[in-house]
Amino acid sequence: MTNPIAPDLPATGRMPIKPRAGVWRRLVKRPLALLGLVIIAIVVAGALLAPWLTGYDPNEQMFDGLTLEGAPLPPDAKFWLGTDLLGRDLLTRILYGARTSLIIGIVANGVALLIGTLVGVAAGYYRGWIGSALMRFTDLMMAFPALLLAICLAAVLQPSLWIVAMAIALVNWVQTARVIYTETSSLSEREFIDAERTIGAGAPRILFRHILPHLLPTIIVWGTLGISTTVLLEATLSYLGIGVQPPTASWGNIIFENQTYFQAAPWLVFFPGAAILALALAFNLIGDALRDILDPTQRGRA
Amino acid sequence: MSAGVTSRPTGAATPVGSPAGRSVLEIAGLCVSVRGEDGEREVVSDLSLTLKRGETLCIAGESGSGKSMTALAIMQLLPQPAARISSGMIQLGEIDLATLNERQMQRIRGDRIAMIFQEPMTSLNPVLSIGRQLTESIEAHTNLSSAEARRRAIEALTAVRISEAESRLKQFPHELSGGMRQRVMIAMALALKPDVLIADEPTTALDVTVQGEVLELLRDLQREHGTSVILITHDMGVVAEMADRVIVMRHGRMVEEGKVADIFARPQADYTRELLAAVPRIGAGVGRRKSAEAERPGSVAVLNDLHVHFDLRGGFFGQVNRRVHAVEGVSFSIAPHETLALVGESGCGKSTTAKALAGLVPYQGDIVIGGRNLAGLGRDERKAVRRDVQMIFQDPYASLDPRMRVGDLVAEPLLIHGIASKQERRERVATLFERVGLSADQMELYPHEFSGGQRQRICIARALALRPKLIIADESVSALDVSVQARVLDLLKELQREFGIAYLFISHDMAVVENISDRVAVMYLGQIVEMGTRDQVFSNPRHPYTKRLIEAVPVPDPAKRRPRFARLDQEIPSSARKIGETPSKLVLQDLGNGHLVAVS
Repeated sequence: MTNPIAPDLPATGRMPIKPRAGVWRRLVKRPLALLGLVIIAIVVAGALLAPWLTGYDPNEQMFDGLTLEGAPLPPDAKFWLGTDLLGRDLLTRILYGARTSLIIGIVANGVALLIGTLVGVAAGYYRGWIGSALMRFTDLMMAFPALLLAICLAAVLQPSLWIVAMAIALVNWVQTARVIYTETSSLSEREFIDAERTIGAGAPRILFRHILPHLLPTIIVWGTLGISTTVLLEATLSYLGIGVQPPTASWGNIIFENQTYFQAAPWLVFFPGAAILALALAFNLIGDALRDILDPTQRGRA
Repeated sequence: MSAGVTSRPTGAATPVGSPAGRSVLEIAGLCVSVRGEDGEREVVSDLSLTLKRGETLCIAGESGSGKSMTALAIMQLLPQPAARISSGMIQLGEIDLATLNERQMQRIRGDRIAMIFQEPMTSLNPVLSIGRQLTESIEAHTNLSSAEARRRAIEALTAVRISEAESRLKQFPHELSGGMRQRVMIAMALALKPDVLIADEPTTALDVTVQGEVLELLRDLQREHGTSVILITHDMGVVAEMADRVIVMRHGRMVEEGKVADIFARPQADYTRELLAAVPRIGAGVGRRKSAEAERPGSVAVLNDLHVHFDLRGGFFGQVNRRVHAVEGVSFSIAPHETLALVGESGCGKSTTAKALAGLVPYQGDIVIGGRNLAGLGRDERKAVRRDVQMIFQDPYASLDPRMRVGDLVAEPLLIHGIASKQERRERVATLFERVGLSADQMELYPHEFSGGQRQRICIARALALRPKLIIADESVSALDVSVQARVLDLLKELQREFGIAYLFISHDMAVVENISDRVAVMYLGQIVEMGTRDQVFSNPRHPYTKRLIEAVPVPDPAKRRPRFARLDQEIPSSARKIGETPSKLVLQDLGNGHLVAVS
């Protein structure tokens, strides 16, 4: 050849084959992600092993659980995190409440994410009347007060943990759908999608192999953000009497039951609040790490 | 051989070139480093230069040579916080710019040194009128009242030959064409009569006829005001056209410096020689077969009366009120082994024609591939027929899915069409990689780990995977450096010899077209105005538009510098029309031997 000027070979200098190390292995190598995993492991273990971790019944109102004036007890050697207004052990209630909150946070949020992604991707890729119809419906749902909708749903269907989870999922997918729609429509304008069409790729391949992977970071961020939102929405519903029915504990309803006594007995709000915060933070840390790990352009840049 | 490199002057004490003229800007021992993940890297090393009053100094080099970093360092606009000037001084008159703080520098920028950028759309604020932007920059540096600033702004716009300057002040950047926007940028830069104007690839984003005008404008204004210009470009044609002196840079270092005539006539450094050799030139199209395809048995693809329209919606109810006639009755055929080049300026419909042929936009008319008219076929049949037509896009950075391994990307066409087992696919991809000049171990990498030229090779491998009969190359080498461009063009030619592929080669670059094509079709406003063999079109252009296109290409030879460019008397009209209005159809007349020219 005629022009061996700057050899257009090494762009990055290193060219060895890099097998994709397992996502899990790379996840546990990151200290922050590991912290997140540990927190989630503790919460899950606490929820599963609650009967063995504590000697109390979550719903038992103990005589020695209140002061003589009937006020809740602050943390002490007997009740580690204190007791609530009815003289129940707070630690026990938080452990049992973790079951409810995990189911709500993971199931309700997961279903919301799934619906939102499907609607958003479909509307963004198939513009035209399908897309318009889907997005107008999404706008309608957005305009409708989420809480009111959840109340209606929960009221029509008999309240139970799973029904509450579904009600939350059905109101929470809209924001995800909006964001995913915008991203999908800009992605489908990108040149590599045109390039896929010219080699004969059909819609399923383009959607699943070429568009979804690019949406992962967004989905992960919305997923982790959604956990705290859904846990709190469940608490709101409980407070209004249509969530998980008392005396079943959930982190949200512990806070709502006790919030009026915040000044007299701050631990009653502080501990369940800290639990929600820790869980949301844990998912956030893992989400952040996953986003970086799953993005090949974040690695091997010169 | 490299004596010219080692004798390069360093330090401010050594004056550069002849002592004639006072120096305006002096750079001595400038080093710029950028902090990355693996520590600091020098992107400009020990650069020294002197700019004299009224002089045009061209800094030429390929991407990554540090030419733009040098410009940003002078302006103290290096990307923060990653990049910094690690040593050296930049002397503007008595002031060392490298020691100034941001506040002091703001007074210098615009007033004493101005800069214009490559992309005038992104460097103008889209939500402010150009009048507001012009007067703001004038008011920031002078004590003029707003009425006086406005007068200055009108003067500046008139100076860059913008007609009806006063009413233009109210317009917004998107209402102007690319060439107009770049003129506004120049007006802004020159409104304050700076000592130094830095132009970073000012015409790269412009069409070739517009480029000529903008360059001429720069030359005129410089003569009038005595401004010193640092012109940064990768285009040796522009260098030859504009420069008094030239600095050639590579990998952050000055490779050679000298008068423009010396650089072109007697390049000292090897790199300069190679760079000049790689520049495509009109009239150098050698080694191509004589156009014997006149008989053309069994065309690979035939387009007959192709129309592509886009509806523009507007009004309260979003009804269709205007229609873009992007492609308006285009017909041509491509024979096996043949390269048909489709040339024209932006908006002429050449890319839309390609997209219609590749099945990316709906069209009216007939597209016949391998003897089968796509219009009459079902979906699966159409997919099978389309296998024979593959496409290579302009931007190799954008046309590969960044989240897939390149090996999988090249294997994907085979997978989609259900060809070969997994093992066979791997082997075929490995062969393809080697065929396009990459190594098979690179299959596991991701697109971002490659350079632009390599990525374009990956796109070529991908297009080749289905063994197509026709490859559409849509500006496929335009984004590449000239040396890389030359090698990719060579690869395309080799592949054509080997596999007998036909190319539809779409380009705005007449010199490249002249080097690769057998036949050329010139498009203007959605229609073909001239078509013929390469020799017919280049040695005997008949349509005025073709003539202007060829003349506008800057010749990489300072001895052939043109005194004036043909002035464009008006903007290229838009191809959007009201509903019901159809453009008049051009009739092509055969001048003999298949040389077709539109008659008016």
